[in-house]
Amino acid sequence: MSQKLEEENPAEETGEEKQDTQEKEGSLPERAEEAKLKAKYPNLGQKPGGSDFLMKRLQKGQKYFDSGDYNMAKVKMKNKQLPSAGPDKNLVTGDHIPTPQDLPQRKFSLVTSKLAG
Amino acid sequence: TADIISTVEFNYSGDLLATGDKGGRVVIFQREQENKIRPHSRGEYNVYSTFQSHEPEFDYLKSLEIEEKINKIRWLPQQNAAHFLLSTNDKTIKLWKISERDKRAEGYNLKDEDGRLRDPFRITALRVPILKPMDLMVEASPRRIFANAHTYHINSISVNSDHETYLSADDLRINLWHLEITDRSFNIVDIKPANMEELTEVITAAEFHPHQCNVLVYSSSKGTIRLCDMRSSALCDRHSKFFEEPEDPSSRSFFSEIISSISDVKFSHSGRYMMTRDYLSVKVWDLNMESRPVETHQVHEYLRSKLCSLYENDCIFDKFECCWNGSDSAVMTGSYNNFFRMFDRSTRRDVTLEASRESSKPRASLKPRKVCAGGKRKKDEISVDSLDFNKKILHTAWHPVDNVIAVAATNNLYIFQDKAN
Repeated sequence: MSQKLEEENPAEETGEEKQDTQEKEGSLPERAEEAKLKAKYPNLGQKPGGSDFLMKRLQKGQKYFDSGDYNMAKVKMKNKQLPSAGPDKNLVTGDHIPTPQDLPQRKFSLVTSKLAG
Repeated sequence: TADIISTVEFNYSGDLLATGDKGGRVVIFQREQENKIRPHSRGEYNVYSTFQSHEPEFDYLKSLEIEEKINKIRWLPQQNAAHFLLSTNDKTIKLWKISERDKRAEGYNLKDEDGRLRDPFRITALRVPILKPMDLMVEASPRRIFANAHTYHINSISVNSDHETYLSADDLRINLWHLEITDRSFNIVDIKPANMEELTEVITAAEFHPHQCNVLVYSSSKGTIRLCDMRSSALCDRHSKFFEEPEDPSSRSFFSEIISSISDVKFSHSGRYMMTRDYLSVKVWDLNMESRPVETHQVHEYLRSKLCSLYENDCIFDKFECCWNGSDSAVMTGSYNNFFRMFDRSTRRDVTLEASRESSKPRASLKPRKVCAGGKRKKDEISVDSLDFNKKILHTAWHPVDNVIAVAATNNLYIFQDKAN
């Protein structure tokens, strides 16, 4: 499945149109794209390079798990077959003993934080 | 997804090509030598060795998984019959020895041919074991494990020209190691602020100078490069040179800093220049001029008017690598849709090629591709909106001498050769 870009604005702009930037803010391709983004996400912060943004980048979206539960499950698995993860992978507490493989893959996406400002 | 190639690297002679993947495996290819039986196979690369370099680990203290994905492989210069390489994941660097065994000793005194120990009282005569040829076996063994020196994720390793030390860089620190010593490493760069709220940039790549063993460079997420001289002080927090291209303040946008982030930095073989890759371009810098690059090559300028979507799908954070050819006359980098770009620095010509099964028949020439940015699309051109952004070529490598290139397209490796070879 290929990932296609959304084509919202059919009017094409080329990188060559860099003159008269101050007057026509829409003519600079980057500025036009910025306007699009801000229109979609009004709560977007001014600068994307803040420390919150960078700190999220440092973490790189790793999976969290409970080592105690994991080791207990490993011991139990040896004795008998436990019910495997149900269809709802978000329910990793309660009856189901989580293992690292069961945890939902947490994609590194800044969608919530970067766009919430 | 464990087959996704995450790094590609030729060794110093170009006879070996190593790839690392997301599953922690290393596959090494060897170039076929001149062969009378199969004359056309000269120059082909075939699998030489495969081994599991890194396994997934768990940091119990922080309840975090440590990915086994190989971030970088760097070869050591060859000093004897064996080959050595460094491979690293986010946290641990390993030195691997790859050696060949084509002889086996037979006629041991203390054990049988199948390895069982003989009863010493039954041994009545001594013999000298003799070496007999056997089928070639290539063995990989870990010789050193350099661990626990990085709090953040390792993005680069680089072997020093002294062949004794190497550096490893993570988002905030660069450490210097001696290849023989695993329980100690020296911190030479530390950009972690006392208060993390003041964090403004991270280290994105680092490399030692190819000839001057005291010089290293590191790039940042703000598009700057710092050159450090280890002779000036033990801690190289103060740079000797600072490379930054002046920005036109009127063209600044929300995306400016993100697309200026440097994803790779590579010295030329000559050591006179360095090349950086940011999201849309490749820049060549003269080490003697810090004020601006001497060359800028546009990789896919047509993406500038797609930055909104590329930000939403995270593609704007993709980290592309770049590489020089052996004579430093050309540079190469990857793009989307399995395209990769080559720039000839002397003729100023560039070409877009595709690494895919459909467009690569063995021994057929690659057809140049063209992307249509807007307006009328000509026949054979591809429109920007048809590009597949899941097909990224992040990793490419160029043979140190010949015109042979290796291109990693997700989980496939393509090796292309110049017809003149």
